[in-house]
Amino acid sequence: MSNDIAIIGAGMHPWGKWGHNFVEYGVAAAREALADAGIPWQDVGFVSGGATVRCGYPGYVAGATFAQALGWQGCEVNTSYAACASGSQALAAARNKILAGACDVALVIGADTTPKGFLAPAGGYRPEDPDWVRFYLGITNPTYFALYARRRMDLYGDTLEDFAAVKVKNSLIGSKNPRARYRKCFTAEDVAASAMVADPLRLMDICATSDGGAALIICSADYARRIGKADAPRIAAISTVTPSFASAVVEMPDIATDSAAAAGIEAHSFRAALPVKAYEEAGIGPEDVDVAEVYDLSTALELDWIEDLQLAPRGEAAQLLRRGDTAVGGRIPVNPSGGLACFGEAVPAQALAQVCELTWQLRGECGDRQVAGAKVGITANQGLFGHGSSVIIKR
Amino acid sequence: MNEKPQAPAIEGWFTMDDKPRLIGTQCCACGTYFFPKQQRYCKNPDCDSTDFREVQLSRTGRVWSYTNACYKPPAPFVAAEPFEPYTIAAVTLEEEQMTVLGQVVTGVNVSDLKVGMAMELVLEPLHETDDDIKMTWKWRPLAEQGEQH
Repeated sequence: MSNDIAIIGAGMHPWGKWGHNFVEYGVAAAREALADAGIPWQDVGFVSGGATVRCGYPGYVAGATFAQALGWQGCEVNTSYAACASGSQALAAARNKILAGACDVALVIGADTTPKGFLAPAGGYRPEDPDWVRFYLGITNPTYFALYARRRMDLYGDTLEDFAAVKVKNSLIGSKNPRARYRKCFTAEDVAASAMVADPLRLMDICATSDGGAALIICSADYARRIGKADAPRIAAISTVTPSFASAVVEMPDIATDSAAAAGIEAHSFRAALPVKAYEEAGIGPEDVDVAEVYDLSTALELDWIEDLQLAPRGEAAQLLRRGDTAVGGRIPVNPSGGLACFGEAVPAQALAQVCELTWQLRGECGDRQVAGAKVGITANQGLFGHGSSVIIKR
Repeated sequence: MNEKPQAPAIEGWFTMDDKPRLIGTQCCACGTYFFPKQQRYCKNPDCDSTDFREVQLSRTGRVWSYTNACYKPPAPFVAAEPFEPYTIAAVTLEEEQMTVLGQVVTGVNVSDLKVGMAMELVLEPLHETDDDIKMTWKWRPLAEQGEQH
């Protein structure tokens, strides 16, 4: 029990395209999380921030930026950068600080403001930069997601209708989430009528980028007990493992995979490896999971994640979807928040937003979106440069 | 007929002959292949070699997956006007046990491809400059499959 870290507060600034400074979103999320926990800001001994690389120097030192915005009070700070897993890495740093006995209460926080237009690499002739190479050769971000989606179609028989059904499912539940950016219910016809971007993915199969901010207050089991929150959801595992060589899936921004030609080297899937450590650390298996928040950068990718989390055998996620198992009310609801389909990605905040949703689900506070009786939740996400994470919380 | 000379879009990444091949490296100690070339350190966690030889990679492989680009990518991509969608494939090389991305030759669509299909490497123009035609590698369905003529 001494290793249990409690989540006593969660807060989010609604996702959108508000155009404000990222600090504003983070402060709003932090204040909501503090109020949710019912503790004063002065009790926080450690601020662990997820870096945003799009917002200049204050974004590189996000932990300090948020601590200053909330009012310097002498706590310690940390900033983590791990692409889409930045929030989870910041959470892990805070958990470790508490486990080491160096503080009782930590604020974990991430926020971002997305720029307008396409994110393109710097110009010139720079073949040493894989991002420059792939754009020069005509390989954009949707290319990678479309390759994964098409492979599902050819190998497992997934259809365009399956992918559209993921969007329909997520938009229906996301329409009930006041923190989501997109709250319109879309039909399969709406998806089919949207423009093809990278066959088989259409515009409505692919998530947008958003502004947003998310925050958690976590603390030692002793502190939770002292303030009468002994039954708060607990962090059962945080996995932020790197890939294992040789990575067999071509990943953004690379033009080729690792080679698995050397003796003793096997091809590995990074996504599938992420939850393995989380399950081990939590001492549970996929059969114990009640609800999952996964990184649906595309509709088809939600199906990949369901299999990577071992919630369905490889190739069978679409069958779960067709049976309604992954909708709220089904056997294993996936993305009851509405997922990235309804939020759009706010990189340093997104992994924390996933944990916020699970926290509220495990407390039974999600109203129309509630997964009945949820006791164990898992998150999964993957970003660039070998970063990814999977977090398990339980109550 | 365009009279500008042909030049590789990226210098030293592939041969410029009739049967072109990608140019990579191979670790002299463990045999791991690298594309693009890797010459300073081996990425195999069981190997600390700093010794590499330049190698030409297999010019045929099988489709891992495929898609297309319906919208014009941003620079440094140089798009034709009007923009023409193009097909893209990820092709797995058996010997090297690696998968390499590339455009698919003009005229081949997504509906012409299937996971597992045999492909070969060819060269096609990527774009033109004032001085030359920048050539790149592309994947093309291997003629031998299906009916043999």
